[in-house]
Amino acid sequence: MCRVVDLQQAVLAKNDRSAQDLRAGLAARGAIAVNLLSSPGSGKTALLESELTIARERGVPVAALTADLATENDATRLARSGVPVKQVLTDGLCHLEASMLGRYLDGWLPEATELLFVENVGNLVCPASYDLGESLRVALAAVTEGEDKPLKYPTAFGLANLVVVTKADIAAAVEFDEAAFRANVQRVNPGVEILLTSARTGRGRGDLLDRALAVRAGGPVHLPVMARQAATDGHTHGTGDDHSHGHGHGHGHSHGHGYSHEHPHDQEHDHDHPHPHGHAHLPAGERS
Amino acid sequence: MHEMSIAMAVVEQVEESAGPAGAGAVEAVHLEVGELAGVVPEALAFCFELVCAGTALEGAELVTETVPGRARCGPCAAEWAVGMPPDLLCPQCGGVRAELLAGRELRITAVRRADGPAYAPANQEG
Repeated sequence: MCRVVDLQQAVLAKNDRSAQDLRAGLAARGAIAVNLLSSPGSGKTALLESELTIARERGVPVAALTADLATENDATRLARSGVPVKQVLTDGLCHLEASMLGRYLDGWLPEATELLFVENVGNLVCPASYDLGESLRVALAAVTEGEDKPLKYPTAFGLANLVVVTKADIAAAVEFDEAAFRANVQRVNPGVEILLTSARTGRGRGDLLDRALAVRAGGPVHLPVMARQAATDGHTHGTGDDHSHGHGHGHGHSHGHGYSHEHPHDQEHDHDHPHPHGHAHLPAGERS
Repeated sequence: MHEMSIAMAVVEQVEESAGPAGAGAVEAVHLEVGELAGVVPEALAFCFELVCAGTALEGAELVTETVPGRARCGPCAAEWAVGMPPDLLCPQCGGVRAELLAGRELRITAVRRADGPAYAPANQEG
C-alpha cells in the first residue's frame, strides 16, 4: 500500500521568500540591489570599479558586495574606488542565495546606501536561478565571448533586465559581430536594452550607474518574457510579486500554495485548527 | 552545480511536508522541471541520491517530468513551443511582449509514500 500526496511546492520558494524580504528591507531604507551575472573573466570587476568610482565622484552613496569561490582580489580592486566593499567567499558554492546575501548585509551595509551592487559568482548557469532581492538584474558578456553566448546561456540572458557588453574597444580585433549578438539577445529576451562599454576607453562609462539610479527612482524596468509568466500559479519563482503569501510560515503546510482543494471543505478531516487561510485559494480554474 | 542546492531544498521540503507526526517512508518524489529552469535532470538525480542518504527519503526515487517551454503573444494571441535555445520573439507578429505559459517550472508535484499516518491536506491518488 502506498499513496501519492499532491504537494505542489516550488522548490525555490524559500529562496524567493528570502529575496522578497530582502527587497522589501532594502526598499524600506531607500536602497535597491543590482545583481551582476557573467562568466569568469568577462570584465565584471573592471566595469564595476569604474561605476563605483563615478558614483563616489557624483556623491551617490553606493556599496558593493563581491562573491567569489576564493581570494579577496576583487574586493581589493573594487575598494580602490573608495566606496564600501565587502568580499564574500562562497567556499566553492557556485552561486549566492538570498538568505546568504541577507546575512552578509546585516550590520555591514551602510545606512545611507542607495545602490548595492552585487557581483555574483562568475558563472552564467547557477546564479540565474536565484533571486537575490535585486531590482535590476544585469547579464554581462565580453566581446571575446562570442556572439552566441546568450543562446548558450538562455536563462542568464533571458532573465536579465539589462544586458551589458564589455571590452567593446577590442570588438573589431576579435571580429565581434554586434548585429548577431543583438539578434541572439533579442531572441531570448525580446526588448531588453543592450549597453556597450569599455572600461579601457571609457565608452559607456556611467551608463550602468544611470540605469540603476533610474530604477531606484521608480523608473520602468524591462520585464523579460521569461519572467513574464502567465498567471497559472503564483508561486513558481522569480516573479517577485506574490507578497501576500510570502511570510509568517515555517512549515510547508500553510496557505495553499497550489494545494488542490477540489473537495468541499466540510469533508475535510484532521483539521482541528481554524483555517484562516483556507479560503483564499484561487479557484481551480484560475490555476490550471 | 547548483543542483546540489536544489536537491537539498527538495529533500527539506518533503521532510517538512510530513509534519510533526511523521509519515510513511518516501518511495518517490515527483518533480516538474521546465526546459528553461536551468536545471539538468541527470545532475539533479545524482545529487538527490546523495542528499537523501540518512534521511526519511533514503532510497527514494526522483521522478522528473520535463516541461517544454511554451509562450503566448499578448497582442496577437499566437502560441508556440519556444524550443531550446528558446525563441521568445513572436513568430507571427514579431512582437516582444509574449508571456511564458510553461517552461520555468521547478516544482515538487507529488510524493509517494509507503502508507503511514495521514496528514492534511492530503490529496490522494493512489
